Amino acid sequence: MAAIDVRNLNVVFGSGAERVHAVRDVSFTVAPGETYGLVGESGSGKSTVLRALTGLIPEASGDMRMLGKALTGKRDFAFYRDVQMVFQDPYASLHPRRTVDATLTEPLLIHGIADRAGRAERVLKMLADVGLGPEFRFRYPHQLSGGQRQRVAIARALMLEPRILLLDEPTSALDVSIQAEVLNLLKAIRKERGLTYVLVSHNLAVIAHMCERLAVMNRGRFVEEMTVEELRRGTPREAYTRQLLTASQGYDREKIDQFATFE
Amino acid sequence: MSSEKAPLLEIENLYVDFHGRTRITHAVRGLSLTMGREKIGIVGESGSGKSVTGRAILKLIRPPGVVRAQKLVFDGIDIMSADERTMRGIRGARASMIMQDPKYSLNPVMRVGDQIAEAYVMHKKVSGRQARERTLAMLEAVKIRDPERVCRAYPHELSGGMGQRVMIAMMLIPEPDLLIADEPTSALDVTVSMQILAIMDDLVSQRGMGLLFISHDLNLVASFCDKVVIMYAGRIMEVCEAAKLHEAQHPYTRGLLASLPRIDEARETLEVLKRDPAWLDDGLKEGA
Repeated sequence: MAAIDVRNLNVVFGSGAERVHAVRDVSFTVAPGETYGLVGESGSGKSTVLRALTGLIPEASGDMRMLGKALTGKRDFAFYRDVQMVFQDPYASLHPRRTVDATLTEPLLIHGIADRAGRAERVLKMLADVGLGPEFRFRYPHQLSGGQRQRVAIARALMLEPRILLLDEPTSALDVSIQAEVLNLLKAIRKERGLTYVLVSHNLAVIAHMCERLAVMNRGRFVEEMTVEELRRGTPREAYTRQLLTASQGYDREKIDQFATFE
Repeated sequence: MSSEKAPLLEIENLYVDFHGRTRITHAVRGLSLTMGREKIGIVGESGSGKSVTGRAILKLIRPPGVVRAQKLVFDGIDIMSADERTMRGIRGARASMIMQDPKYSLNPVMRVGDQIAEAYVMHKKVSGRQARERTLAMLEAVKIRDPERVCRAYPHELSGGMGQRVMIAMMLIPEPDLLIADEPTSALDVTVSMQILAIMDDLVSQRGMGLLFISHDLNLVASFCDKVVIMYAGRIMEVCEAAKLHEAQHPYTRGLLASLPRIDEARETLEVLKRDPAWLDDGLKEGA
């Protein structure tokens, strides 16, 4: 059974002149334990796919299944125990007036897990798991660096021990040295806990490092699906992907004049 | 334009300090750099002092910031002793800076087209119509699809990427001798960003502009610039030929390079940068 199975996902925002067809007929499956990448430029619909999966977009239509269960309408409590999300900007996704402890305890309270002592124990264990010491427990987000904040955001997502983690550009707000730490942490956690990831990024190198398979998106459509080996060999089938790959490999004055616009 | 032999920009022992209530932050500590009409990249992590260096060159550091330097000369003009009037003649016309964040750098209550034309009209003494034509052409050059519409728009009606391109158009129109570009393409898609770098590159090779390119992207700088300056905590760690960045010697540079994920190579874990306090040793005492 696939961890995630999406058939003909469509997302349309607005109507009339304002109508935006953000995701067009997207279908893919992710096996348990796999890391699946969605890569594309801004406005390609990659984050919208992720948000549709979590139920943050009521306009989504199509057939989505996770861990065998069909996803329709408002997601129930059980769904959020299995599926959690890490957002792009750790400066915006943590409550500025809540301590790390309050942020990490909240999911447990909502789901009625453990008593006070049990919750404290889980928070401390989770802090250790994401590489933060117990001294971070009562700090506020403004007392943390960007990398530490993203560790807290990852810890929050893991508090309910989900089986699927949806990652929306988890390192694009971080310096490269900190990005390395966070990517290493995500890889280690996946291995330990046997998690399934869907990773959205505009950075092909990050996708290549983390994922086994990936889909390239442009203007709401899947341009192509490929394995990471195909990406590494530099043998995409579609011209769009080849151009994206060329642009990602650094500046080359001559090649830039040949860039085309893809509709 | 002065003689081609004199360097465009000479900096010797630049210090920038910010005086806070309880402590002084040393943002730049003894930076020296000479550049001609070439592309120099300044690379470093956030907080390494690269943007502050760019601002200091245009004398844009305001109190409580304090700038000290043995020498800060742009094309024969001593910036350290230049008054505001002289600086206004330089900024925008002869040397300009593309700021990182268009949200805070564009005037929110002025139409985009008028903002772009402003510096051009002010410094070049051209008619409004000429300025308008030039503005439209420049917006097209930075790959804006509907320049007429964008000209009439206010900054809040544009996306981050469009705003950044508007900034770039604004700074390139007066054809400055020195362009300081602070992360000019960080909000743009990689293909668009390459096309905009190509515009700047052509200005350097065809018009002899000097480009100081501030970035956190090592691979981009290595492929785009002639020389790379690596900064850490306000100091220059190393200067190397861009093409030879991958042979860099300094452990900090090596650490940064090793921490980058790569498309062409599978690695189980990425190397994590280990910071050595010894990198911070020199520099502070002699200037303070």
